[in-house]
Amino acid sequence: MTDSPEAHDAAGTGPTEVPQGGTDAPPSAAANLFDLRTIIAVLFGVYGIVLLIMGLVSTSTEDRAKTGGSNLNLDMGIGMLVVAGLFLLWVTLRPLKPPTPAQVAAARDDGPPAH
Amino acid sequence: MTTVLAQAAADVRLDANFVDYLLVAFYFVLVLGIGYMARRSVSSSLDFLLSGRSMPAWVTGLAFISANLGALELIGMMANGAQYGIATVHYYWIGAVPAMVFLGLVMMPFYYGSKARSVPEFLFKRFNRTTQRIQGVIFAVASILIAGVNLFALGLIIEALLGWPLGVAIPVAALVVLAYTTLGGLSAAIYNEVLQFFVILALLIPLTLAGLNRVGGWEGLKEKVTAGPGGAEQLSSWPGTELTEISNPVWSVIGIVFGLGFVLSFGYWTTNFAEVQRALSAKSMSAARRTPIIGAFPKALIPLVVVIPGMIGAVLLPQIQAVKAGTAPAGSDITYNDTLTLLMKELLPNGILGVAIAGLLAAFMAGMAANISSFNTVFTYDIWQDWVRPGRSDRYYLQVGRLVTVVGCVLAIGTAFIASGSQNLMDYIQALFSFFNAPLFAIFILGLFWKRMTGTAAWVGLLSGTVAAVVIDQLVRFDVLQLSSQAGSFVGASAAFIVGVGVALLVSMAGRPKPDSELAGLVWSLTPRASRSHSVEGDDAGWYRSPQLLAVLVLILVVVLYIIFI
Repeated sequence: MTDSPEAHDAAGTGPTEVPQGGTDAPPSAAANLFDLRTIIAVLFGVYGIVLLIMGLVSTSTEDRAKTGGSNLNLDMGIGMLVVAGLFLLWVTLRPLKPPTPAQVAAARDDGPPAH
Repeated sequence: MTTVLAQAAADVRLDANFVDYLLVAFYFVLVLGIGYMARRSVSSSLDFLLSGRSMPAWVTGLAFISANLGALELIGMMANGAQYGIATVHYYWIGAVPAMVFLGLVMMPFYYGSKARSVPEFLFKRFNRTTQRIQGVIFAVASILIAGVNLFALGLIIEALLGWPLGVAIPVAALVVLAYTTLGGLSAAIYNEVLQFFVILALLIPLTLAGLNRVGGWEGLKEKVTAGPGGAEQLSSWPGTELTEISNPVWSVIGIVFGLGFVLSFGYWTTNFAEVQRALSAKSMSAARRTPIIGAFPKALIPLVVVIPGMIGAVLLPQIQAVKAGTAPAGSDITYNDTLTLLMKELLPNGILGVAIAGLLAAFMAGMAANISSFNTVFTYDIWQDWVRPGRSDRYYLQVGRLVTVVGCVLAIGTAFIASGSQNLMDYIQALFSFFNAPLFAIFILGLFWKRMTGTAAWVGLLSGTVAAVVIDQLVRFDVLQLSSQAGSFVGASAAFIVGVGVALLVSMAGRPKPDSELAGLVWSLTPRASRSHSVEGDDAGWYRSPQLLAVLVLILVVVLYIIFI
């Protein structure tokens, strides 16, 4: 998610000249993308809490008959909270950061094959 | 499946309550929110149509698999699990993983390295404009047809689960997909696909756990399947005679390995732009190569939570048991396709049921969004910019991209109603794949490894391959060839491949090839090894980011899985 506009200036350096965007493509704004990991954590955090509460307060014998005896809402609620926690941990340990010059160079090296 | 699902509506109507709807609603808020937030990241047509080539590999890898994990796939494979048992895993292990690894290791350096923005544009670079245009138009038509199938099936599920009439459900579903893809372009589609991947797992995992609980665990399931109409044969993957409809075990294995494992699977995974596009949006060559290989890991594991619930459904659900035993009461509309929804109704209590409904809806949207977002890229770049209206400003093409998304969704509503006239959706889809993918794969693979292949040979080969597939389809349809529709689409795909390669060979002999200097980076033998590799610095450093290592790991995983489920 941390790419820079420079990585996209390779128009026409491929085997055959082809314009990349239109004739006046503005710098890419892809670097503005938000962190998807946070969204996943939010989704499973909210789902986890709701299922946890459902599992604790409203598990009927009918529900247990459906699942073969286990408290599925409670189990999945806990599981989802763990998943949410792991994603948050990942975000905290490896936050999004702007690319370093070395990364920009690396992105360039990955560009079209040299002739 | 069409009339069947609709009429079975009353049987599968789920008892969703307030909490379930709340969970579904929350999912949709996030989906639309992603579309809205992704808007900030779009300032050029490349941002909109190819995410500015900025995605990390884990995101593109999961989106890659999610674009394939549409609900048709989910419902169809669970149905196969119920009908054929363990043998269904061939669709995943031999029918997908090797091709995904091949795409990452062998083909991605050419795709990503050529900086082509689409598969048709790659064909232009390797061959000529005519090939690009023909493939662009074929792909645009195919995408809209398949998007229509996904949309129709989504409408059916909404009708069945929530009771909305089809005429309302289809446009509403289209509107949601439209909203987030128009706002955020491919970034929104890809981000939502990753989210969808996790929600679909949140549907499949509890279903499998509760199902196993009910049948007495894995051992209990084995006992019950052995005692069932399919017998113990359904507990082993090889030779899969029931699946292939080939009674000789040796030929059955050959059929699976070459038919499913080579022609069908390589044709689908290596040239289908809806998939390849996810890898092209990756931020570096290394990330692009890792994309299909990272996607192969979930692809290898997903049958555990798709095929196994399918088998559970066949022994647990009285309706599916009756279908399997052939004792279903006359007039019953239940088919194997209903296994997933019936299992949800049977196993999931309120709460997790809402998550599961969200997952099912997500699966349908994933399929359709993949079709729409690849359609608008091909239409905008290959048909509009390179052909109809070249040389305009980027802003113009960005607007075209947005407008085409709207047009695509409206057309898909139309093709959804065409699909509603088809008796069996899976047959319809299979036929479309044999028409469009197999001939493309034929000219692709030939062009990649044979530098003498000419541009004229490419488009003539492409068209004659498609004609061959259509002819076979018609012969099967009118019973000139006595084949089941499944075997028919395989024969069609093989014919398309052979005819495509044959014609391209002959036409190439007569023509003059492109000079070698124009083919560097596009043909294997003319591409120096150095430019087929990728950087190993910065975000691409670390042994765990090596595409080759990941490829070996996923192939070992498949072998181990096959040994367990032999």
